[in-house]
Amino acid sequence: MMKSLHIEAAKCTGCLQCEMACSFENYGVFNPAKSRIKVFEFHDTGTKVPYTCTQCAEAWCLKACPVDAITKDKHTGAMMVNEATCVGCKVCTIACPFGTINYVADTGKVQKCDLCEGSPACADACPTGAITYIDADSTGIDRMRSWAAKLENQTVGHAD
Amino acid sequence: MAWQRKILRVDLTAGTCTQEALNMEWAKAYLGQRGLATKYFVEEVAPSVEPLSPANKLIFATGPLTGTMASTGGRYSVITKGPLTGAIACSNSGGYWGAELKMAGWDMIIFEGRAATPVYLHLENDTATLHDASDLWGKTTWETEPALRKKHQDSQLKISSIGRAGENGVLYAAIINDLHRAAGRSGVGAVMGSKNLKAIAVRGTLGVAGIKDPKAFMKATAAAKKVLADNAVTGEGLPKFGTQVLMNVINESGAMPTRNAQDIQFDGAKDISAEAMHAPRVTDGKANLVTNQACFGCTIACGRISKIDQTHYTVVNKPEYWGASGGLEYEAAWALGSANGVNDLEALTFANFLCNEDGFDPISFGATVGAVMELYEMGVLTKEQLGIEAPFGSAKALTYFAGLTARGEGFGQEIGLGSKRLTAKYGHPDLSMTVKGQEFPAYDPRGIQGMGLTYATSNRGACHLRSYTVASEILGIPIKTDPLATEGKAGLVKAFQDATAVFDSAGICVFTSFAWTLVDVAPQLEAACEGDWSLDNLNVVGERIWNMERQFNNAAGFTAKDDSLPKRLLTEAAKTGPAKGLVAGLSKMLPEYYSERGWDTEGRPTAATVERLGL
Repeated sequence: MMKSLHIEAAKCTGCLQCEMACSFENYGVFNPAKSRIKVFEFHDTGTKVPYTCTQCAEAWCLKACPVDAITKDKHTGAMMVNEATCVGCKVCTIACPFGTINYVADTGKVQKCDLCEGSPACADACPTGAITYIDADSTGIDRMRSWAAKLENQTVGHAD
Repeated sequence: MAWQRKILRVDLTAGTCTQEALNMEWAKAYLGQRGLATKYFVEEVAPSVEPLSPANKLIFATGPLTGTMASTGGRYSVITKGPLTGAIACSNSGGYWGAELKMAGWDMIIFEGRAATPVYLHLENDTATLHDASDLWGKTTWETEPALRKKHQDSQLKISSIGRAGENGVLYAAIINDLHRAAGRSGVGAVMGSKNLKAIAVRGTLGVAGIKDPKAFMKATAAAKKVLADNAVTGEGLPKFGTQVLMNVINESGAMPTRNAQDIQFDGAKDISAEAMHAPRVTDGKANLVTNQACFGCTIACGRISKIDQTHYTVVNKPEYWGASGGLEYEAAWALGSANGVNDLEALTFANFLCNEDGFDPISFGATVGAVMELYEMGVLTKEQLGIEAPFGSAKALTYFAGLTARGEGFGQEIGLGSKRLTAKYGHPDLSMTVKGQEFPAYDPRGIQGMGLTYATSNRGACHLRSYTVASEILGIPIKTDPLATEGKAGLVKAFQDATAVFDSAGICVFTSFAWTLVDVAPQLEAACEGDWSLDNLNVVGERIWNMERQFNNAAGFTAKDDSLPKRLLTEAAKTGPAKGLVAGLSKMLPEYYSERGWDTEGRPTAATVERLGL
């Protein structure tokens, strides 16, 4: 089954365990500055939103790369950066509409979420279920279920 | 290892920033943060130092677990000699700033001297620079944070700063980071202000590497997180209700100091409780509480984010207060509410916003207002002096005083000195609900006897965060004891004090101790740090830190006489509730406590104790 990272911002508390897990998985260091998933806090509304690459089916980054350094992993569906091929031209960072692929000055290459070979560390670390890794074809199933529950209650209410 | 092994020394008089190696011998004896920074402090500063003089130092310190995946590993502490108490001050804060300092490659910053004109420190990893802060002086913390991000064109800067309270010498001024997290107590913000230091802006992109055994560390931290998640307090109560989960519990236990501790139960408690924060308001149908929020690395997330009713008198035509910000924690709700008999939730939230915005401690502020209201009702203070009628229960007086104190205007200047100095000035020192000059918090020792001993012996003046025996006496954590009994409390207080010193020195939040004991902390430290962090040694480390702080206070002039409680708690019996008829039984507990501690009858560690702890 192909899976997707699924983000429910309303459950996010802003603890940044996901950012630390990401940097630890990829670089062996606790360092949100190196994380490929970022949590944004909107102070005036109290909202916290984790944000990362959605692995576009037709990926702007992949299409823009002039040296074919970005390829799609056939097991996970993740767009993967081949660091040996990447020349650090940053064209992909311009092409991506979402800002989720970024240049790393230390390495001279770009980095993005690669779904940790099908076992994303961020989802594993999230304490509230704000980030989960679920069936890519049914990411809306829980939301459908919660609305369905409300609908059923309304129907019962009308029957009265 | 989990320390960065690097400290920054900033001489504000000379305007220099110097890097030093962390003293690893001390780190292995005092762990980090509270313990290690206090070791530096007592080695470098004379106990007789005048707190607001250039000779005092101000240390910002992280712990070895700060900036790691250990749950709640985002803490830092500020260590100095406190101007409110004259005792060692150590105030602990969460948010994101502490982890950012660690990520920039530093274990601690030691500030010394005094800048001739206002400055702020900018840290970008290894690069430390002092900048002119003349244009920031007079600004609130809420103005300072965005101004510094704009100036440095860095939206990710994390900032710790003082507001006008710290500039104006409010003796319980706080240091605020991330807009609403506070190193709140004992006046550390006033020391920062006395040094002409407005802010520390940090950007850290180096991270925390060098964990001793990363695999074992990930395993230990994951197991410890599961303990938090599975616990009813840390897994359910705190995320949903915050520390405000206690409001109704403590009130029903008959241990809520009310109207300057004249009463022990507050009939308005339900109106300012966690449940009230969740309930839709009559006016706009929305709840005061917007959401909960975690500090860095925290898997509990007890923080409150609130919005004030836009039609409430406090914020009409003030859209700057309409957004979400740090809401009421239990201590603030009690101090601003019950201590003054005020049950207006929106007014308390507004006063709390002002405490964050201009950086002052809501506990000491609220408790001082309680004393002012009692003096007003006695006719000692008048409307003419105060600028407003101030009977108990007046939300308008409370929020008026909060504004005056924030801005350093009118009678706010006297409230800013705390209740000890204020009540003494007006001839009624017994009405100050303080120990060693610091106002006690939200638990009445007549109803929770262990807290009386806790307040009396706390090294930073009356405080609940030095030994939270409420956990045992009310909640049954880790074992249930009778809150009305004095027997056995000496040992209980000592155990809580020593364990808490370890939590505060590790870089984690003491709220984890609702679920964790040192048994859960030890494996995380052992995997992260070189040295002996076995359970047995951690107990010794905690006791060593406690005694080190005590020795500093003794040398600063404190004696056994200062291990006392306000006369009211010792002589006026509780009028209602389970503790009806009881006073605080301090005299039954204190001699036993000294004995348990290995101190003489004057409260001084004996030579044998000093020797045993390697002090």
